[in-house]
Amino acid sequence: MLDKLKEFASEFFVTGDPLILGAQVSIGLSLVAIIFALTFFKKWKWLWTEWLTSVDHKKIGIMYIIASLLMLFRGGVDALLMRMQLAAPQLEFLNAEHYNAIFTTHGVIMILFMAMPLMFGLFNIVVPLQIGARDVAFPFLNSLSFWMFFFGAMLFNVSFIIGGSPDAGWLAYPPLSELSGSPGLGQDFYIWGIQISGIGSLATGINFIVTILKMRAPGMKLMQMPMFIWSVLSSCITIIFAFPILTVTLFLLFLDRYLGAHFFTLDGGGNPMMYINLIWMWGHPEVYIVILPAFGIFSEVVSTFSKKKLFGYKSMVFALMSISFFSFFTWAHHFFTMGSGADVNAFFAITTMLIAIPTGVKVFNWLFTMYRGRITFSTPMMWAVAFIPCFVVGGMTGVMLSVAPADFQFHNSYFLIAHFHQVLIGGVVFGYFAGLYYWWPKMFGFRLHEGLGKWAFWFWNIGFYVCFMPQYALGLDGMTRRVNTYDFDMGWQPLNVISTVGAFLMGLAFIFQVWQIAHSIKFYKKEKDGDAWDGRTLEWSIPSPAPLYNFARLPQVRSQDDWWEEKQRKAKGEPAKPLAPLEPIHMPKNSGIPFIMSACWFTAGFGFVWDWKWMIVLGLGGVVVCMLARSFSYDTDYYIPVDEIERTEAALRGTK
Amino acid sequence: MAQAINKPAAGSHGGHGAGHGGRHEEHHDQEAMKTFGFWLFLITDVILFGTLFATFVVLRLNTDGGPTGAELIELNGIIISTFILLTSSFTSGVSVLEMNKGSKRGLILWLAITALLGAAFIYLEVAEFMHLVHEGATIGTSAYWSAFFTLVGTHGLHVTVGLVWMVALMLQLSRRGITPVTKRKVGIISLYWHFLDVVWIFVFTIVYLMGVM
Repeated sequence: MLDKLKEFASEFFVTGDPLILGAQVSIGLSLVAIIFALTFFKKWKWLWTEWLTSVDHKKIGIMYIIASLLMLFRGGVDALLMRMQLAAPQLEFLNAEHYNAIFTTHGVIMILFMAMPLMFGLFNIVVPLQIGARDVAFPFLNSLSFWMFFFGAMLFNVSFIIGGSPDAGWLAYPPLSELSGSPGLGQDFYIWGIQISGIGSLATGINFIVTILKMRAPGMKLMQMPMFIWSVLSSCITIIFAFPILTVTLFLLFLDRYLGAHFFTLDGGGNPMMYINLIWMWGHPEVYIVILPAFGIFSEVVSTFSKKKLFGYKSMVFALMSISFFSFFTWAHHFFTMGSGADVNAFFAITTMLIAIPTGVKVFNWLFTMYRGRITFSTPMMWAVAFIPCFVVGGMTGVMLSVAPADFQFHNSYFLIAHFHQVLIGGVVFGYFAGLYYWWPKMFGFRLHEGLGKWAFWFWNIGFYVCFMPQYALGLDGMTRRVNTYDFDMGWQPLNVISTVGAFLMGLAFIFQVWQIAHSIKFYKKEKDGDAWDGRTLEWSIPSPAPLYNFARLPQVRSQDDWWEEKQRKAKGEPAKPLAPLEPIHMPKNSGIPFIMSACWFTAGFGFVWDWKWMIVLGLGGVVVCMLARSFSYDTDYYIPVDEIERTEAALRGTK
Repeated sequence: MAQAINKPAAGSHGGHGAGHGGRHEEHHDQEAMKTFGFWLFLITDVILFGTLFATFVVLRLNTDGGPTGAELIELNGIIISTFILLTSSFTSGVSVLEMNKGSKRGLILWLAITALLGAAFIYLEVAEFMHLVHEGATIGTSAYWSAFFTLVGTHGLHVTVGLVWMVALMLQLSRRGITPVTKRKVGIISLYWHFLDVVWIFVFTIVYLMGVM
């Protein structure tokens, strides 16, 4: 019995690597610590009723952001491990297998479990507040989206201590990712982790489109929406067209591995190149899905901190929408070298270059917004300003890559690595940081320490250039991606050392940010005015953090930047809008079903990975039961009575 | 459309905000919003099936020297099941008409007929799959059969989900009658059902007519 158990455990857990053993021990210890703390402080019930079952978009947003920052930590540790391995020739810090696993999980985690949830977190917190709504269109579905993401991410992450990490690259090209190339369980964790969280992303896309189109405050026309809302809309439209392709692609790969189908295998008539086409038909729009909201954030931040209306509103809307359209016609530029022929390559080269045009329009719009503005360099604005040169360089190297004949030289080299890190860090990460700093007071009701934020900013920026500029040169010197080591005579060492130093500077920057948050919590100073930055849009017209129902009275919108105009009118002494009487507010009830249903998906996914039939049946059965339970429940909402609104408002506004 | 809704004069504005409109009107807005959300879901489902169709078309000749569809598939059964599914689309339309007339009994009756036709369709599909497996064509036989079983099977899975959903809805209708909420639910499932019918017409054309005849 004991021997059997031992044998099982040795298969179940990943063994034999001191780094992973350390991780296992520390994960085990922190789990015990969390369970102990929750029990000791009697917080289980609080956790369940206030957070796990909450359908409040603000709380869901905060949970997204916490999860994404944890994932940023894990993805960042992966990155530092890689940079350590590459710091000198012939190092044996990580063996080849371990290195493969780490660059795979680094990519998946940073895109799907860091950038996406950070983006969804900001959507959740900001969108209803900016359009003057009380929640998203489907709060229950919203909670389900979050938990599907969360359990998907957990399923993916658990693979490095249980069963083994995926190691076929972040997009898992077959035939390597087929059973013949990756017989281990890692690839199955990959498929199910991404599949489950992908369904959540799809639902979020639908949810926010309906929210934006149907729930804007009375009077707010489409062309009066804040630019962030436009960017969310364009991103969500891209989501609902792109994510189903991912769902199908992963499902087909699953069928290949699980039922022996022949979609992408080398034998049986399968076609691996079809996978590469399909995954990039999702994958390329995906990078626009994450960058578009960052463009929206920059528009808000630049306009607020320049004290000017956004320059070129209509051209900005047009640029966002045309990018989300063109993003579906560029996928083949990821594999010009596949041999599709000159005509196909020419088509995709041109569509790729076309995207640079609307992007350029945006850059000029931001610059002209700043021109002759009264600029304040608070932390959000610093990120926005740092983004512009960084993204322009990243964009230009992108255009270089899009030149199909030249791409045969750049393909899969460190030049490419430097390019996409420059647009993803310089664009997406800088953008979301700007958003996080900008809306932090709205989320939590206190500001972050500016000085520490500036330290973090400079370390991030300097670290970024030190890390990635040498990689362009390394790529041109012939260093290819995904090599776990190189020889002395290649002459790559000096630049690699510099690059590693830069990576650690960014690691230091992250520590500054953690310190900044901890410091700001310790010296908590309530932000009394809801309008932390003298803002322009509706979210700044209500107290921070916003009450459960957001707006006691729904705002009547008259113009773009309505809150700013309102303040201008007030300053001129014009009479304020008459206040409508309060009415009971219709709110959705909390529900445990999203959490339980997602846990059931996790169970089913885990069962599929190990091929434990009982677990698959249990998980999928649980999913069906949860769906039916939801369908049969009719008592899903309630009203907040007027006197309760009055009390809450008096308490919130009374402290002014 | 959205702008019209947001005119203050219209008196209502979707969502969980209690505004000028009465509670009844607000309820109506919420149900309309859910129907709109379902239309968006159908877009995603179109893409999902579109991807499967593209896969099938790419792999349609890759039989790897094994059996082809034309050799094994018997078209007669497929034509019968096509007519059954098309009829079920008609009966689901009739059930919505009954609902609009306010007849709860008629609504449940026609939904039940629709579900029975759907079940018959699934029965025939399972029988066809068993026949094919018996003849030696499984999902692992070749790329052609992988794509065939996945595309047709995904449609069948959708129909099965619809069946469970329909039964659940009939139970809710018998308990609660025709309310704004159940009305919206019936509307959504009939959308879903017509959608699956349209998908089937493409399956029938591309997989069976073009592939087998």
